[in-house]
Amino acid sequence: MGTKKVLTGNYAAAEAAALCRPDLVAAYPITPQSSVVEHIAEMVNNGDLDAAMVQVESEHSAMSVVQGAAAGGGRVFTATSAQGLALMFEPYFRMSTLRLPMVMAIATREMTSPETVWSGQQDAISVRDAGWIQVFCESNQEIIDMVIQGYMIAEDQRVMIPVNVCYDGFYSSHLTEGIDLPTQEEVDQFLPPMAPDNHPVLDPNNPFALDPMTAGPLLMKYRKNHLEAMHRALDVIDEVDAKFAKAFGRSYGGAIEEYRCDDADIVLVTIGGMSGTGKDAVDIAREKGIKVGLIKLRFIRPFPAERIAKALSGKKAFCVIDRSVCFGWSQGPMYMETKAALADTDSKFCHFSAIGGLGGADISLQEMLDTIDYLEANKNEPGEKETRWFLKD
Amino acid sequence: MKEIRLHGRGGQGVVKASQLVVKAVVAGNYYGQFIPFFGVERKGSPVFGYLRISGHEIRRKMQVYDPDILVIMDDSLITMPETYDGLKQGGSIIINTTKSLEELNVPEQTGSVAAVDATGISEKLFGKNIPNTAVLGAFAKVSGLVDKDLLFDEIEKTFGAKNREAANIAYDQVKLIKE
Repeated sequence: MGTKKVLTGNYAAAEAAALCRPDLVAAYPITPQSSVVEHIAEMVNNGDLDAAMVQVESEHSAMSVVQGAAAGGGRVFTATSAQGLALMFEPYFRMSTLRLPMVMAIATREMTSPETVWSGQQDAISVRDAGWIQVFCESNQEIIDMVIQGYMIAEDQRVMIPVNVCYDGFYSSHLTEGIDLPTQEEVDQFLPPMAPDNHPVLDPNNPFALDPMTAGPLLMKYRKNHLEAMHRALDVIDEVDAKFAKAFGRSYGGAIEEYRCDDADIVLVTIGGMSGTGKDAVDIAREKGIKVGLIKLRFIRPFPAERIAKALSGKKAFCVIDRSVCFGWSQGPMYMETKAALADTDSKFCHFSAIGGLGGADISLQEMLDTIDYLEANKNEPGEKETRWFLKD
Repeated sequence: MKEIRLHGRGGQGVVKASQLVVKAVVAGNYYGQFIPFFGVERKGSPVFGYLRISGHEIRRKMQVYDPDILVIMDDSLITMPETYDGLKQGGSIIINTTKSLEELNVPEQTGSVAAVDATGISEKLFGKNIPNTAVLGAFAKVSGLVDKDLLFDEIEKTFGAKNREAANIAYDQVKLIKE
């Protein structure tokens, strides 16, 4: 098995990326992601990682450089946060619509204004319709495992879509804990090098035009293909989870994780690091006799609508806790999407959106417990309740 | 699970010290978790740290509101209302200070107070105020939550023999001024 190490979330992402043997990493530092690429630069400098490290002058250039290298057949990696992701948006969208596989870590951070450098998921959530696969992690171990799985999912011929491995800025990126770091041999065995014919590869000796001007009717076919591949990815995600479990002994349940849901009346739906706090709250409430479970949203692109509908089927009440907002709806984005996933069911839920943890604010155990109590008290009153804000005063 | 909240100032090594504790705890086959909380990262500004030690997996990823132990690396922080806030009934305080118990003005519910002049040790050994490794020496003696040798090995591995010496001196010098 692997080596026991104590790492921050950012170092976990960097170590995992290195184990996937990237050909090229290009990056620009930004809080709270910076130590991901600092550590990769350190590994390259020390000769521990045989990859080209390109220090660029902006995130726009970072994504453009990795895009060129990916088009040339390379396995590539980068990481970013918030304003960096915003600056990267133009080549970011092009990366997914070129259908080039890669993994990019996002140490999620609140978007400005007001000026902030702290945690929040608004950055990654705001680009969820840019064609990438997005997975949100709860622990440093999960960050490692999802970077490794991310390449396998992205490079699968049925998928060919880049993957964002997202984790909470500071609450995960700067959280130190023990992890099991797979060995290089183990990762080599699990994740073979990318096949040379994985996608059309730019070659100066055999030039061709990549991404020429494309008229609407053909462009629509590309979009339709992209959407279909995104849907197929749901099966690939589960397959890779099972394959990973066989190789490393760790499974995350695929696109969602269900925790104590089987006999639950009420359910908390969470995303990212808050899921761990939520699980503690579920255990405490269970001791008081409240039948509560938790669904951890892991992959949100593709959105696992069928699995969520199935997991919530027969339940009386649920609350989706978002660490970001959905402008125009006065609710959280994952709440909106969970509701959309339930549109075809005939269940009559009590349900509501909760929003917390913006701009580095904490999502505390107490807030989780209070939300469970509120769900329990209202579980027999179907309909939507007012959005719950985790405001301290 | 024991929850510890650390208070220090930017540049005093709160983060590094806590990471060493997690390393030592994990080396001893326990679970450890540390989350730092920064204001704006400049020297001198208050830094908070949330440290958890447990025999089981630590899942919650949140701040520490009701600490079992407070570790205070700079006694000028005791005037901030956040510093003593939420200390558990009978909880412990480990503080870098030369002040008397009366001057520290600890809250009513405080169980024990352990004082060590970590700044003095640091200034003597390094010529500057980086009290973190000396505070760790006091923490190893008083908290009972981490194996002394494992922690001191981690200190030496990361910061060298002189910092192990700082920890050793503090281990010997730390005094319980309230029991």
